[in-house]
Amino acid sequence: MKNRWIALYVENEVGVLAKVSGLFSGKSYNLQSLTVGTTEDETVSRMTICVASDDITFEQIKKQLNRMVEVIKVIDLTNVPLHMKEILFAKVLNCTTADKEEVFQIAQVFDVQVADIGKDSVLLECKLTERRNNELIALLRSKFKKIEVVRGGAVAIESISTSCR
Amino acid sequence: MDITGRKLFVRALLEEGVDTIFGYPGGMVTDIMDELYKQEEIRLVLPRHEQALIHEAEGYAKSTGKVGVCLVTSGPGATNTITGLADAHYDNIPLVCFTGQVPLNLIGNDAFQEVDIVGMTRSITKYGVTVRDRKDLGKIIKMAFHIARTGKPGPVLVDLPKDIQIETGDSRYPESVSIRGYKPNEGVHVGQLKKAYKLLKSAQKPLILAGGGVLISRAEDELLKLVEKMRVPVVTTIMGKGAIPTNHPYYVGNSGMHGKYAANIAVSECDVLFSIGTRFNDRITGDLNEFAPKAKIVHIDIDTAAISRNVVVDVPIVADARLSLEKLNEWAEPKNTKRWLEEIAVWDKENPLEMRRDKGMTPQMIMEGINAEFDFCVITTDVGQHQMWASQYLDFGGKKKFITSGGLGTMGFGFPAAIGAKIANPDKPVICITGDGGFQMNMQEMATAVTENAPVIICLLNNQYLGMVRQMQQLFYGKRYEATCLRRRVTCPTNCKGKNEACPPYLPDFMQFAKTYGAHGIRVEKEEEITAALREAKAYTDAPTIIEFMISSDELVLPMVQGGNPMSSMILK
Repeated sequence: MKNRWIALYVENEVGVLAKVSGLFSGKSYNLQSLTVGTTEDETVSRMTICVASDDITFEQIKKQLNRMVEVIKVIDLTNVPLHMKEILFAKVLNCTTADKEEVFQIAQVFDVQVADIGKDSVLLECKLTERRNNELIALLRSKFKKIEVVRGGAVAIESISTSCR
Repeated sequence: MDITGRKLFVRALLEEGVDTIFGYPGGMVTDIMDELYKQEEIRLVLPRHEQALIHEAEGYAKSTGKVGVCLVTSGPGATNTITGLADAHYDNIPLVCFTGQVPLNLIGNDAFQEVDIVGMTRSITKYGVTVRDRKDLGKIIKMAFHIARTGKPGPVLVDLPKDIQIETGDSRYPESVSIRGYKPNEGVHVGQLKKAYKLLKSAQKPLILAGGGVLISRAEDELLKLVEKMRVPVVTTIMGKGAIPTNHPYYVGNSGMHGKYAANIAVSECDVLFSIGTRFNDRITGDLNEFAPKAKIVHIDIDTAAISRNVVVDVPIVADARLSLEKLNEWAEPKNTKRWLEEIAVWDKENPLEMRRDKGMTPQMIMEGINAEFDFCVITTDVGQHQMWASQYLDFGGKKKFITSGGLGTMGFGFPAAIGAKIANPDKPVICITGDGGFQMNMQEMATAVTENAPVIICLLNNQYLGMVRQMQQLFYGKRYEATCLRRRVTCPTNCKGKNEACPPYLPDFMQFAKTYGAHGIRVEKEEEITAALREAKAYTDAPTIIEFMISSDELVLPMVQGGNPMSSMILK
């Protein structure tokens, strides 16, 4: 079992997301994250899907996706140079002044933006790789009493000449 | 000039060459029904239940190769077709099922008879869509027929909101359609096929496993050519029954859970398993680790996803069965397989398919009677013991066609499927082999058979039990016959161990039942009566005939491989 990524071009129509996600639940595939949005062509949506699976199951997942009428193209991103980022908002609550200082330091080290601040809370806005986001959450959780996290799931695009995942 | 959606609907069906639709009215399809009233080219068949309706469309489609068309109303009309959609999905039967829907502005309101039928059937249809804009109606119907009949065939659902049916719009029906996400495989990878051929040619113990795909692509003649040229023995799945005539010297028998001994041993012993149009269902493979352990496996299938899903194969080929076989026949050269064929013949002699002949009338005798009396017919079955006996003992191939619910295993399938097949083939005898359990699941269709003039012959094997489950209870559950005795009443003792003197009478009386509908009824209790009964039924062409064969309750389907066991470990007695 390891994480693998797929870019999926689908018809931008009602029910397509349900059909794709239904495949994963119906066949007991282990869906980790799924993001979807329109592309330069508004009749086409592109999904970035992360699944945890073994080799044989992953082959089957790609085939099952490919045979859907609404699926235009399946691209396996697992071993492809690409740029992959995930948006993450992390709110640190019940901060003392010292806590806030520490959040600022962390923000600096992780190279993320402080998007909002109040009497006893700070909001971080991060566009990092999934792994870096995981590390940031782990750190915040260990340092502070109460945090609130919302993450968007990874989006990825194939590299031109550099890559980052 | 613009026309209404309902007019375009009828025009589209005519353009698609539809001559028969299976329809049941209701509030959300009354406009279409009204439009159908005004024309005479398309026959509307009115069943008595939507589940039977869709099985009838399946029987129609399977016996003709054409797309079966269903028309039902929203809500319960639509949900009643779900079992049939799943059945058609697993057995790859081309269907287009039109469902009425509440008007667009009411969708989502829990309106009267509103269900999200597209959502409910997403995993059991090849494609499903609600028409949300009148301008798309023609294109969507064109797509539906195209998707249903091409590639690996399957059911397509088109949901038609009431207002779309009434709204006026473009009168044109497109001549063709291009779908960017749907391009069925049309060629054959010659390099891969050559590899497969080399394997077959060099094999000492080659075996062909033919599945339903051979029949769907109408590749029977090409298969026969290859088999005879190269002298390769053939086993089939149940869906592949008839891919090669069952009386052919190179045909071994069915493989799988209730397959022939020699066929299953041949699969276990072969060195090349050349499989065409099968998805290696668990009923064929048993324990995957022990399946064809000595063989290199070639797998030809039109569906990419069927390949290397259950069984890891050595040479995968995504292609149509007939195209592949045509190509193979260009290369095929004779092979010496004499010793291998002899080996198989010895296994067959060791454990032939045979029932005792000293205990009165057996299912085998009934099947032999059908073999002798009919050389040109369509045979459908229900699901259960009778289905397995039919698949074991009936002759198929050539002019005898077999229609059965193989993937989903739908009880209640056989009788309506026979009616659909008879409507499509009025000049052919159509026989439904069924059990007393399965028949009762859709026996209301006797009205349809009579009113639509579909005089099918129903061979009802009555053992007074749900026999297939009863068999499992007898063999694996200490003869605790829970919920399988159809004579059982609330007054019976809870710990019943089987039939005895005190049992209440069987319900219903199928002879009285036939009479109620104006059908014929013949009850057969002895072997000597089988032939006469079949001849009498054949002679009745004015109405359906039920022949009720009173068979013993403890007859078993053998051989049997218990689920999950290797195919070589068969229960033989």
